[in-house]
Amino acid sequence: MGNGSHTSRIERTHRRNGLLFTLPALLGLAGFTLYPMAASLYYSFCRYTGLKPPVWTGLSNYFHMLHDPMLRTALWNTFYYTAFAVPLGVATAFFLAVLLNARVRGLAFFRTIFYLPSIVPVVASSVLWLWLLNPENGLINAIIDGVGRLLPRLGLPAITGPGWLADPVWSKPALILMSTWGVGAWVIIYLAGLQDVPQELYEAASLDGASNWQKTRHVTMPFMSPYIFFTVVMGVIGGLQYFTQAWVMTRGTGGPVNSTMMYSMYLFQNAFQFFKMGYACALAWLLFVLIMGATLLIFRTSARYVYYGGR
Amino acid sequence: MIQQNRATRIATYCLLCIFSVAFFLPFYWLLSTSLKTESQVFRIPPVWFPHPLKWSNYTDGLTFVPFFTYLRNTLVICVGNVVGALLSCSLVAYGLAIIPWKGRDFVFFLILSTMMLPYQVVMVPLFTVFTKLGWIDTFLPLIVPAFFGNAFLIFLLRQFFMSIPKDLTEAARIDGCAEIQIYRRVILPLSKPAMATVALFSFMGAWNDYLGPLIYLFDQGKYTLSLGLAMFSSQYGSYWGMLMAVSTVVTLPIIILFFFTQRTFIQGITMTGLKA
Repeated sequence: MGNGSHTSRIERTHRRNGLLFTLPALLGLAGFTLYPMAASLYYSFCRYTGLKPPVWTGLSNYFHMLHDPMLRTALWNTFYYTAFAVPLGVATAFFLAVLLNARVRGLAFFRTIFYLPSIVPVVASSVLWLWLLNPENGLINAIIDGVGRLLPRLGLPAITGPGWLADPVWSKPALILMSTWGVGAWVIIYLAGLQDVPQELYEAASLDGASNWQKTRHVTMPFMSPYIFFTVVMGVIGGLQYFTQAWVMTRGTGGPVNSTMMYSMYLFQNAFQFFKMGYACALAWLLFVLIMGATLLIFRTSARYVYYGGR
Repeated sequence: MIQQNRATRIATYCLLCIFSVAFFLPFYWLLSTSLKTESQVFRIPPVWFPHPLKWSNYTDGLTFVPFFTYLRNTLVICVGNVVGALLSCSLVAYGLAIIPWKGRDFVFFLILSTMMLPYQVVMVPLFTVFTKLGWIDTFLPLIVPAFFGNAFLIFLLRQFFMSIPKDLTEAARIDGCAEIQIYRRVILPLSKPAMATVALFSFMGAWNDYLGPLIYLFDQGKYTLSLGLAMFSSQYGSYWGMLMAVSTVVTLPIIILFFFTQRTFIQGITMTGLKA
């Protein structure tokens, strides 16, 4: 009896202390997540300019999405960007990590070089790439033109650099190219993963006469799959919310001809430039659903090829 | 280890060098352009080694953009975020990792699940709330939320606190220490590296943030470096020398910070990947 009440008193104290210590997060959860979520869901069913109180309009914001050509453009641009930037980023980072894992000298040096671009403040890197991608005077086209002039000597047609952000066809590839410069964090994650692959397995495979390619395919890849899975999920979530670079580089226009109008940019315009805050909230919920859907899809399909070390 | 003959080793080094040059070239171009005169900037083929060096791009750029005002504003926001994150995240992580209580796993799950939520969903209502509080065009919307914890940083600290041997905290508890004393005298002194990671990540986050200041700051005297640089770029888009000088100055503190805290950085990133 005495013992029992003693334990429950300790339990009560622990619960009180636990709640007290986590109080900042609980308040934050209520004030910065749960309330805004509820309000945003409510606004998405309203006409809301931010100046006057919201007016209930039912599903009209959601119906409006069906007939909004700019939304379709923004969705297409965002999917296009994500569908190329994520695989290209994963491939580049994986390739670099494999190179770094080959017991090279100067590992710390190379690792630093690959990692540095990813910590450059995003506005600074956007301005820098605006200059690198400049069609007339940018470094990238200077290199392409320089190489392109040599091609006729090899019997190939000469090439010149594209218009990049001035050309609606090349503007998204320009952003994708820029995104691969920032894959450094993934290189570090993959490198940590590669160093965890049990070395005995390679030795066993060698004894069985496996080639380097077979070892990569059947030993390295299964062990790396959780890391790749993690970065793909993070990459897709980030890609669908892609905003700052495209916004800064196009001065918030999404040009040329809306070819870089990303979903989050259109959402921001609706909220803070057109003052269609209700519609912006509806767009935000669609974005949430898309992100959840994409994540779920990756989780589902990953069950087949992600290997958690027998766990 | 995958076997390597001489040829593959040479190929590995060649590829590493090629990629290193490709990854480093933008930095070189940033620096070299920042020292070029207008005529050098626009010369075709490009000038690789600017001569003479135009250092005045820096002095011009930094006065053209009210750089020191923006720097002060950015630092105020950064310091606020670091203090807020260290305080709130360590307390919350302590409550989630050290104190054994029913319901803590549920609270942890709730906090983690907020990471799934895109900021866009809460963006408009938060703006409405901060408008009603009269916080628009102040730093408050950019600082105050940091005092209420950040899911990712809480997660990071919790994982670290869990790795601290339980005997230490339980012994202190039996000696009659209050939780807050265990937090201050046992946990915090042992958690310097993890706290450094939290400080670093929240500092970088605040330094880099563009969307937040874009939503909440209107008066140019209150702009941050990110906001100021973006505005400068959209207004004086062809003054590449000056633009690159200002971009260099915005980037440099982060690079310097990185070189002083490299281990903290790498640890932080691998800690996020480990849970994959």
